[in-house]
Amino acid sequence: MQELSLHILDIIQNSIAALADLISVEIEEDKGKDSLIISIRDNGRGIPKEYLSQAVDPFYTSRQTRKVGLGLSLLQQAAVQSDGHLDISSEEGKGTEVLAFFKHSHIDRMPLGDIGKTMSVLIIGNPQIDFAYHHRVEGDEFRFDTRSVRGELDGIPLNDPYVIGFIFQEFEGWMTRRNGMLRGGRR
Amino acid sequence: MNLDELKKIREKAKKEMEQRQHGVGVRRVIVGMGTCGIGAGARDVMAALLDELSRKGISDVEVTQTGCAGYCEYEPMVTVIDERGQVIYGKVTPDDAREIVRGHLIEGNILGNLVFERV
Repeated sequence: MQELSLHILDIIQNSIAALADLISVEIEEDKGKDSLIISIRDNGRGIPKEYLSQAVDPFYTSRQTRKVGLGLSLLQQAAVQSDGHLDISSEEGKGTEVLAFFKHSHIDRMPLGDIGKTMSVLIIGNPQIDFAYHHRVEGDEFRFDTRSVRGELDGIPLNDPYVIGFIFQEFEGWMTRRNGMLRGGRR
Repeated sequence: MNLDELKKIREKAKKEMEQRQHGVGVRRVIVGMGTCGIGAGARDVMAALLDELSRKGISDVEVTQTGCAGYCEYEPMVTVIDERGQVIYGKVTPDDAREIVRGHLIEGNILGNLVFERV
């Protein structure tokens, strides 16, 4: 995977498999502090304590279709290779938080990539789940919360063709603004 | 978020929903979104499917996602389920995805060269 936003899409599949109905994604890009922080928090069933230490082991998986579990280990690798690290905390029955830290200016830091497309696909493809997205970049910020969108839509589903167009447009708008702010530097 | 825009969408979408209350059942399109699928390009395939459906105003197709099916080398995989059964497409590109919307979902023609399996 070439973009952190693809890793985010992958990690959130774990939250979906853990039956979360609220998933929060927070991203903070701060060139002044030379940091990029990604937080993914869900209210799914959580990881039992005895398995938590194995969560980033690529040869451990709780699924049946194959014998490897690459999602978290690949994100950890992406963090470590750019002088960062990965923290996972989880409580059974309450949920899980994955926190990834990166050195913003590191030559081996993957670009964030098209996080707008990642979020659009997640929101539209999982209309039964609520997503709270908060992205801060150099003093500007963008929030998209499906709970407030639902409030306005009065029963129209998030995967209605008109709403799909709206979601893509909102995130594309933010990506243009965000890329403009970071122009000249690495993304 | 542009909440005024949402209010306009609500009115338009409601009118259309009322009109299709007595329509046919919902068709489903499922995109493989495991690590293997994502690594092979499933996100852009799904975005292309959704964009094409939205542009064409097709509202009886629900696009969802699933995990790894165990055929990682054929990802990105797209399954179309309609009244004729189930067709699984393999190694789908974003352009193929738009063609699946136009050819399979609108015109009703199965895209033979992309079929991984028919059930």
